[in-house]
Amino acid sequence: MQKLTNKIKGNKLAQIILLVLYVLVTSLSLYLAQASVTAFLLLLFSLLLLYYTELPDRLKWVIAGVVLVGVIPFVSSTGPGYQSYMEVATVVGIYVAMALGLNIVVGLAGLLDLGFVAFFAIGAYTYGIFATGQAEKFMPFGDFPLSGESFWIFILIGCFVAALFGVLLGIPVLRVKGDYLAIVTLGFGEIIRIVFNNLDKPVNITNGAMGLASVKPPEIFGYQFVYPNQFYYIVLAILLFVILAVRRFEFSRIGRSWKAVRENEIAAQSMGIHLVRTKLLAFAIGASFSGMMGVVFAAKQTFVDPTSFTLLESITILVMVILGGMGSVPGVILGAAVITILNLQVLTEVTNYLNQLSLNGVISFPEALAPAKMQRFIFGAILIIFAIYRPQGLIPAKNPVFDEESLKEGSKKHRKEQITVEHDKGFQA
Amino acid sequence: MSILTVSNLTKQFGGLVAVNSVDITVEKGSITAVIGPNGAGKTTFFNLITGVYQPDKGNVQLGSTSLIGKKPHEIARHGIARTFQNIRLFSNITVLENVMVGLHKQLNAGIVGTLFQTKKVREEENRAQEEAYHWLEYVGLSQHLNEDAQNLSYGAQRRLEIARALATKPKLLLLDEPAAGMNPRETRELTEFIHRMREDLDVTIVLIEHDMKLVMEISEQIFVLDHGEKIAEGKPAEIRNNVKVIEAYLGKSAVTPA
Repeated sequence: MQKLTNKIKGNKLAQIILLVLYVLVTSLSLYLAQASVTAFLLLLFSLLLLYYTELPDRLKWVIAGVVLVGVIPFVSSTGPGYQSYMEVATVVGIYVAMALGLNIVVGLAGLLDLGFVAFFAIGAYTYGIFATGQAEKFMPFGDFPLSGESFWIFILIGCFVAALFGVLLGIPVLRVKGDYLAIVTLGFGEIIRIVFNNLDKPVNITNGAMGLASVKPPEIFGYQFVYPNQFYYIVLAILLFVILAVRRFEFSRIGRSWKAVRENEIAAQSMGIHLVRTKLLAFAIGASFSGMMGVVFAAKQTFVDPTSFTLLESITILVMVILGGMGSVPGVILGAAVITILNLQVLTEVTNYLNQLSLNGVISFPEALAPAKMQRFIFGAILIIFAIYRPQGLIPAKNPVFDEESLKEGSKKHRKEQITVEHDKGFQA
Repeated sequence: MSILTVSNLTKQFGGLVAVNSVDITVEKGSITAVIGPNGAGKTTFFNLITGVYQPDKGNVQLGSTSLIGKKPHEIARHGIARTFQNIRLFSNITVLENVMVGLHKQLNAGIVGTLFQTKKVREEENRAQEEAYHWLEYVGLSQHLNEDAQNLSYGAQRRLEIARALATKPKLLLLDEPAAGMNPRETRELTEFIHRMREDLDVTIVLIEHDMKLVMEISEQIFVLDHGEKIAEGKPAEIRNNVKVIEAYLGKSAVTPA
């Protein structure tokens, strides 16, 4: 076994072949054995395998693209489980984008935010209000609901509105630190939800607890997006943008200033970093991802009400970030996928299975341990196990590795430009 | 010509007067030491200059600009850099990135540029890496560039702090106990290094230090603080024989033998 793994390590061709084989087998089993959750999950797992191969980054992206755009929708399309698989995949995508947004705030800038779902709610209501008749109740002009074609613009609007609220929240909140910041953001999250819950009078803006029903589905050139398999592609496109953006920010001047603030505020300031602006930027960018996905969520559900945006949601997103690995983009993606699939698929399947058994009289559960009640228990137990045995997360954050040779060359230029004294003596200890 | 003029600087914490109407003038291009027993207010004095605390009274001037009311990051932009007594590195990022943070104010990449990775931003980033590497070479840490800052040895962490401070291209460099925890050989090398920095980089250096050998060897001007007050100033030879200074360090009996 040891020999085999050693052989595979370093042999890219073998890795590709094995990966393709794996994808083929899982695809076929999903294609043929319909409604097999296991096959679906194993197919998704191929993306994780892909991450661990030693292929060049560009090739990895291409393969991931092929699997996500082509293979997964196609092989799951043959049977009755199709839409439910696509639904799961879409929800995973939405949570991944939100978790990546929160990762900027918590993982990179080190600001614990317990009310993150508020920005998701803001995005959802931004579209929900204008894509239903609701806006007519308070807007003095205009013709509502807006058509489904406005959806595409609303992705941008949701992004900006959420970012704006990120800044508005940030200005008073960033005076406090640590535990206090967590409490204040928790309060903000609840305030937003309660405001949406009660903003049906004096002017009916959000329709209160009744929620906004029949939100217009997205539409482009007369083609309507109604089913999960259609939303899947919208989410995929936004997600691609989000991942690209996060990676670029992470290893930039801005990302470094976030990390510097996280590591040591006083030292960061003494390097000329504007503390408030840096933190606000983290809040705004993190919130904007959430806002975009909020718009998609509203369009997908066609119904928005305050119960979708509870504290539990904020906590769940935070758990995704921490379980995946704070500050680590691949980790957070994996964390979000694992938690969502666990909640939507695995735990419900397990519960169904146990229910079936007890119905058939194979085993019997006492009332207090009914499978439905066990679901949260198992979830909690998994979190505790992870916190103890893998506190750094599923895929811990990695620092960039710089190429010493090329920097050596480049640094010589600087010597000539700036300083004309020999440095080779160094300051050796 | 003086680069730093501190006049009547006062800071109170509750009933404790940490710094009491201190006047100090630092000449451009000089090496100046601030010494004093523990709790004399030396670090508070640095914190007042760099904006970590706001003074209750008095004025701090860098060249001709007053620094009163300015935030730490603004003061850093005016050209003051510092190191910290209890090392404050960005522990979980690499050594090279630590220095790159020091270059922050010289870089311009904004949100849009970063998002689209424009040519300008990419070039700027490359230049920043090279320049940061150059500073690592200058302090002799270049072979550690990809290590996490927290994994460096104590002495190396101190040097990294200096490299990070130098990357901001300061006019005035404040070193808070740079030799703390160093062995005699390291201290000797540090002494040489401080001299070299001044010659190479055209920077004025103010340092807080307890190692008297280093202080006496290196400084052109020494200020002595005790209980928040300036009790003496002058050249090393003058300070060495100053009655008040001996009294502050060794007690009254050392001055007036029974």
